[in-house]
Amino acid sequence: MNCHEVEPWLSPYIDRELDLERSLEVEAHLAECERCSRAVRSLEEVSALAGAAPLYPASPALRERLGGRRTPASWQAAPWLVTAASLALAALAIWRFSPEPVRPAADLLERDIVQEHVRSLLADHLLDVRSSDRQKVKPWFNGKLDYAPEVADLSGQGFELTGGRLDYLGGRAVAALVYQRSQHVINVFVWPEAGQPDRAPAARSIEGFNVVSWRTKGMNWWAVSDLHSVELEELPLCPCFMAPNRTLHASVAASRPRNPS
Amino acid sequence: MYRGGLRLTERMRRARFEAAMLPHLDAAHNLARWLVAHPQDAEDAVQDAFLRALTYFDAFHGEDGRAWLLAIVRNSCYARLRKNRRRSEVMEPVDTLELAADGGASPEALHLRQADRQRVQRSLECLPAEYREALVLREMEGMSYKQIARITDVPMGTVMSRLARARRRLQEMLANDPQKEKV
Repeated sequence: MNCHEVEPWLSPYIDRELDLERSLEVEAHLAECERCSRAVRSLEEVSALAGAAPLYPASPALRERLGGRRTPASWQAAPWLVTAASLALAALAIWRFSPEPVRPAADLLERDIVQEHVRSLLADHLLDVRSSDRQKVKPWFNGKLDYAPEVADLSGQGFELTGGRLDYLGGRAVAALVYQRSQHVINVFVWPEAGQPDRAPAARSIEGFNVVSWRTKGMNWWAVSDLHSVELEELPLCPCFMAPNRTLHASVAASRPRNPS
Repeated sequence: MYRGGLRLTERMRRARFEAAMLPHLDAAHNLARWLVAHPQDAEDAVQDAFLRALTYFDAFHGEDGRAWLLAIVRNSCYARLRKNRRRSEVMEPVDTLELAADGGASPEALHLRQADRQRVQRSLECLPAEYREALVLREMEGMSYKQIARITDVPMGTVMSRLARARRRLQEMLANDPQKEKV
């Protein structure tokens, strides 16, 4: 083989993908050709460089959403704990036959909210009133709740209102407003809680879904979605993510508990 | 009783699916992220792929789950890119592209040791998708030509020539990177 003939085989040669015969031919040529030997070394170099490029492992939220369990970083430092936990899980599995995931004791309300979100998607009961017109969605709640939830039109900011429905959370009926952003459904739950101070927005991930919650003007707001947390936090309802020179969204500010009597 | 039995069967199927596929989630996401670039799109593509994989899981007979899953992930990435009308960016018929003549990137001209990760990353991002996916599967995931052929749905000979061209192109980009002079 001459240099020209051997050239196409160098790349598969470094990958050890050549059959024995051809591999020996390449080796025989390399033994006497400094130029091709250098080409092999530089191929190996570029191969190693590409292999050292950043890897993008799945986020914990995605893993959890697809059924995997979270492995907190601290656990990785304590292999015995993982072993103990595995044994405990195995025992539980044998006992229960089909194991339930063991989760940290998350706040009951948080989990209820995520479950309501999932249920709204699975049971095809996303909307009681289907409209992108806030003037249609807002009056629909009249007489069904003891407060009037404010319904904002956020289509200008990339969040499309698709409607609303009645939901049941923490022992009371609440309004669920449904927004959509690039095929992702966002459930926004809102209900009054009198006498509580405002609470700055807090974002977290629960069971693989991203949740942002805050309290303002006596109203509790919870937004939940499988939308990437960065995009969910752009929801303009949420006071924390506004530019400092912008005022709170007018319709949010107008939310008031309504006296039922 | 009937409903309980059905549910148990479905749960066992789901458990088998997760046991077979979740170990490959990181590889799936890595491929998706390198193919579609946008973080949310990548997650969506992986999620679509897992749903599709679950649907067709009965057709999976236990041989090479990683290649099986990555082929689905790849399809869902291209479907997503097409939907976003970015097809022209990613579906260049690269195998017919003219490449620099032999010696265009002679080994002597390369100082790859100085190439830092960011430059490599940028160069990889600029490669045509067919080259990029071949390199991701080979160099990052360590897959064989046979597996790559299966995932990308081309003959092994094409995998071989794509990888050779991809490496040559990457060498050229790293050697010609104007920023190299500043390093």
